[in-house]
Amino acid sequence: MLLLDYILGRLAQMVPVIIGVSLIAFLAIHLVPGDPIQIMMHGRATPETLAAAHAKLGLDRPLLIQYGRFIGNAALGDLGTSIIQNAPVSGIVGEKLGPTVFLLVFSSILAIVIALPLSLLAARRVDRAADHAIRLVGIVGFAMPPFWVGILLMLFFGIYLDWFPISGFGKDFIDRLWHAVLPSATIALFLAPILIQSLRASMLDVLTADYIEVARAKGLGEWRILVKHVLRNALIPVVTVLAVNIGWLLSGAVVVEYLFSYPGLGSLLVRAVGYRDYPVIQGLSLVFAVLVIVVNLLADLSYMLIDRRVLTS
Amino acid sequence: MSVAAASPAGRAAAELARWPGALKIGAAMLALIVLAGLAAPWLTPYDPLTQDLVNALQPPSARHPFGTDNFGRDVLTRVLYGIRIDLPMGFFMTYVPLIYGIVLGALAGYFGGWFDAVLMRILDVTVAFPFLVLIIVIVAILGPGVHNIYIAVFLTAWTMYARLARAEMLVERGKDYVLAARTLGFGPWRIVFRHVLPNIANSSIVFSMTDFVLTILLVSGLSFLGLGIAPPEPEWGTMVAEGRDFIFDAWWICTLPGLAIVVTGSALSLVGDGLAQRLGERRHALL
Repeated sequence: MLLLDYILGRLAQMVPVIIGVSLIAFLAIHLVPGDPIQIMMHGRATPETLAAAHAKLGLDRPLLIQYGRFIGNAALGDLGTSIIQNAPVSGIVGEKLGPTVFLLVFSSILAIVIALPLSLLAARRVDRAADHAIRLVGIVGFAMPPFWVGILLMLFFGIYLDWFPISGFGKDFIDRLWHAVLPSATIALFLAPILIQSLRASMLDVLTADYIEVARAKGLGEWRILVKHVLRNALIPVVTVLAVNIGWLLSGAVVVEYLFSYPGLGSLLVRAVGYRDYPVIQGLSLVFAVLVIVVNLLADLSYMLIDRRVLTS
Repeated sequence: MSVAAASPAGRAAAELARWPGALKIGAAMLALIVLAGLAAPWLTPYDPLTQDLVNALQPPSARHPFGTDNFGRDVLTRVLYGIRIDLPMGFFMTYVPLIYGIVLGALAGYFGGWFDAVLMRILDVTVAFPFLVLIIVIVAILGPGVHNIYIAVFLTAWTMYARLARAEMLVERGKDYVLAARTLGFGPWRIVFRHVLPNIANSSIVFSMTDFVLTILLVSGLSFLGLGIAPPEPEWGTMVAEGRDFIFDAWWICTLPGLAIVVTGSALSLVGDGLAQRLGERRHALL
């Protein structure tokens, strides 16, 4: 029953957050100084089209009723209508969700592949040349703007070597993977320094722990210790760091998707802001926040599976 | 203690001797960058905005070490003047929210109650949004421009410091010196501001260096997306965006301003790393 209590408690904690998030998304259109429809139409809307658009978006009703409708409809998957594209927002946003999730998963895997061996090396050679070199690479890597790294990767691997496509999405799975290599690598290079920093610390803890000494004393091979004890215990920090940084991962994805003309939520957001397409901006901010909340929930649930002790604390 | 160590200069030298290598190197790099920004008009004979179309798209040479852009403007000159835009923006957007973030978090941690509950809910909602998305949405509401980016960052960036300060306050609150101060009859405001705040500021100061780097990445990133500082201003992200159209024939226009961001960010990160060692704090990557 402990398990069920934990899950229910965790879900209950989410309620005020969801209300707050939906309130911000809802207010996005109402806080615009001036008339949002006039701004969308660049001041060229006649009084009739203005009134029609207001009626269509429900902007002519009392605020509380509008909010009630907004949150009720959103719960049912209806995020309103884009005036500029004349199409339902849920459809516009929904078709971009898949590519973004694909990009996030791919770049997280790449980041782990980069970070795991480097942090292990740093932890095993603490305060020696390799450790310092990796820390320096992390410091410089952390300061590299993703849009700039992306351009460098485009120039070298896309244009000079001509190995990977530099824009678009692709048709089948392999083609999509192919198109996602450079954008994912860009995000991974931005994420890896953060991962390395926390992984190094947690591996250090494990490597100096008593049970490793015991394992060594029992004559277990170094390789076996690494795989059975060290890597297994590194799993929790990997999950934590990825979940805590999902917001940064998504922030990076916005810039990288725009740079690589990748058809995801990020490039849609930049485009929607350019057109001042407020219903799309509202829907997107809601979807982005829900993504972060869901990933954090999944992370919490996965700790529970990895380490049952969280239930009792 | 020797006589020299008692004089101010001697104390400064003694403190400097205790600085870790990373802090020395980072501080020296940062000082050079600040000086280069201040001295920009004397370091280069060119103007960052004046166009010279005859000399457009020149590759790096002795006359133009970073080459020229599509309008014939000297790229090195623009990078130097860019220091005057990116560094102050990063500084104010980091340290103004730091001040009220720490104060709000410390008060919430000390007093608890409804104030703490409200603050925590605001924090939960803010971190539920990807940071860049929240900034972009606020900029979409208010419209692009430097002032609105300041407003967007001031509205959101304090939350990380409030979270840090609150967590530390919860620990400090039960310590003996706070109890002693309370027993002496000191008021809660005096205890929070005079006694506890100086003790919990270190972790925020160390984190602020990471935040400073991220803020410069944010400003240049927003400009790159066309939502920040508009051309022809020599902002680094704007320059990278402008140069992107010419990467096939003129790689230097967008790659070299980006390098300025990397060098500045690395300097700040080194200072953060060194400060963490000097102050004995664990360095938080992100919160």
